[in-house]
Amino acid sequence: MPIWLYILVSIVKSAIVLLVLLTSVAYTVWLERKVVGHMQNRWGPTRVGPFGLLQPAADGIKFLFKEDLTPPHVYKPLYIAAPMIAVIFALTSIAVIPFGNSIWIAGYEIPFQVTDVNIGLLLILGVTSVGVYGVALAGWSSNNKYSLLGGLRASAQMVSYEISLGLSLVGVLIMSGSFSLRTIVDAQGGHFWGFIPRWNIFHGQIIGFFVYLIAAYAETNRIPFDLPEAETELVAGYHTEYSAMKFAMFFMAEYANMITVACLATLLFLGGWHGPIFGPWLLRAVLPVFWFVAKVFVFLFIYIWVRGTLPRFRYDQLMAFGWKFLLPVALANLIGTAIVAVW
Amino acid sequence: MISVHLILFLVFGAVAVAGAVNLLAQRHPINSALSLIAVMAALAGEYLLLGAEFVAAVQVIVYAGAVMVLFVFTIMLLNAGVEEHTKGSHVASLFGIPGVLLGSILIAWAVLRNSGTEAVAAGPWINTVSNGRPQDLPGSPETIGPLLFHEFLLPFEITSVLILIAIMGAVVLASKPPSTSSGPAKEAGN
Repeated sequence: MPIWLYILVSIVKSAIVLLVLLTSVAYTVWLERKVVGHMQNRWGPTRVGPFGLLQPAADGIKFLFKEDLTPPHVYKPLYIAAPMIAVIFALTSIAVIPFGNSIWIAGYEIPFQVTDVNIGLLLILGVTSVGVYGVALAGWSSNNKYSLLGGLRASAQMVSYEISLGLSLVGVLIMSGSFSLRTIVDAQGGHFWGFIPRWNIFHGQIIGFFVYLIAAYAETNRIPFDLPEAETELVAGYHTEYSAMKFAMFFMAEYANMITVACLATLLFLGGWHGPIFGPWLLRAVLPVFWFVAKVFVFLFIYIWVRGTLPRFRYDQLMAFGWKFLLPVALANLIGTAIVAVW
Repeated sequence: MISVHLILFLVFGAVAVAGAVNLLAQRHPINSALSLIAVMAALAGEYLLLGAEFVAAVQVIVYAGAVMVLFVFTIMLLNAGVEEHTKGSHVASLFGIPGVLLGSILIAWAVLRNSGTEAVAAGPWINTVSNGRPQDLPGSPETIGPLLFHEFLLPFEITSVLILIAIMGAVVLASKPPSTSSGPAKEAGN
């Protein structure tokens, strides 16, 4: 493919993926409000559009028109940069996530992925590591006790659970033999015993899946690990002093992180886009994407389900759990997988 | 010969140098820490240009994402404020600036003499890790992994012991001082 065409296709793909991601972020908020509402025996948004489906649009307009107040006591450069850092790194990791197989247009093969880097998994881990700065700098630059404590707690929590997150992924790496996300999904094709798909969760990584699930909740600061942004404990934690669009950027970053983590879970543990494929060529190209989206939706639903059900951990319980329980379990999973692989 | 490779090298190099100079020039430590993060990111870019994508990713994960987070934490917890502006020393400027220039010229001369494909291919180390050609240097995880655990196992293990020593030192320094009730036990141990 000539270089100019490749660049053009990449730009178009990036634009589409970004648009879909931002819409998904908005509608994940809607989904959460509806699901948590129904769990709490109430309706959730119903008035703005049918089933409240235009509620995210209303929220977006509200955020745009709200007064963007910058308190006088903040450290301005970092105050303004922190939400930008959070959002940029939350939206970057979607670039290496494959959504499906390839589609052939005019003789060129165009994969459903913005770019297939052969260290895709490491890139996502790296971006998650650097995303901690958004939270830490927001908490510090707000020049406010609650924000500082919230920011430091959030960063310490994210850094601690990143280790277990990474270790849970190494089990999958040992089984797939590559860091490239497309190769990892391709290794999960086919069935064994005829009907059980060879997804990693059925293929021995069930402990890895649960370690990943728990570490993901802690990484994205969601209940039961959301003490850093809990209203009853810390006013609002690291985003206390933010209003309007900057607050919306933190919000977007949190939900975009959730979606990225859910996409990664489907790719690594739930077989990515593998599922029954049938029909004419257009359906065959689109069905893998449909299966991928369905699995991501299931994972997000579990996220929201847990949010509606569990109480939150106290900070010392949270840190003790991460270091004294989850890390040894992740290490044991790694050693077990390595022994079975060498056998 | 102007290629995209050269332009990118110069861009990343300029960012790294600018970050390093900014690190020294800033008066608030948090700005210095952020400049250092920019330097780490630029170095990761340079590693990518060399074809060492694994090292680039690990540089971002470990350096920019963990070590620098620790630095930033320390600055935040200790509430380090703006540095005082001390008057510069004339003697330091008189001998320092020419000294730095001379040192840079020496280092640049040594580096340039030993770089370039012929010099690298003739060097002693490259033959252990590639077929003697610079373009066969390992970059992917599949090639670095066996090297790390076979040829370079001793440095790897010693580095991990070094980090363990640092952790133990930090724990000992941060722990409570021994109370006087352990006096008789200490004397018995002596």
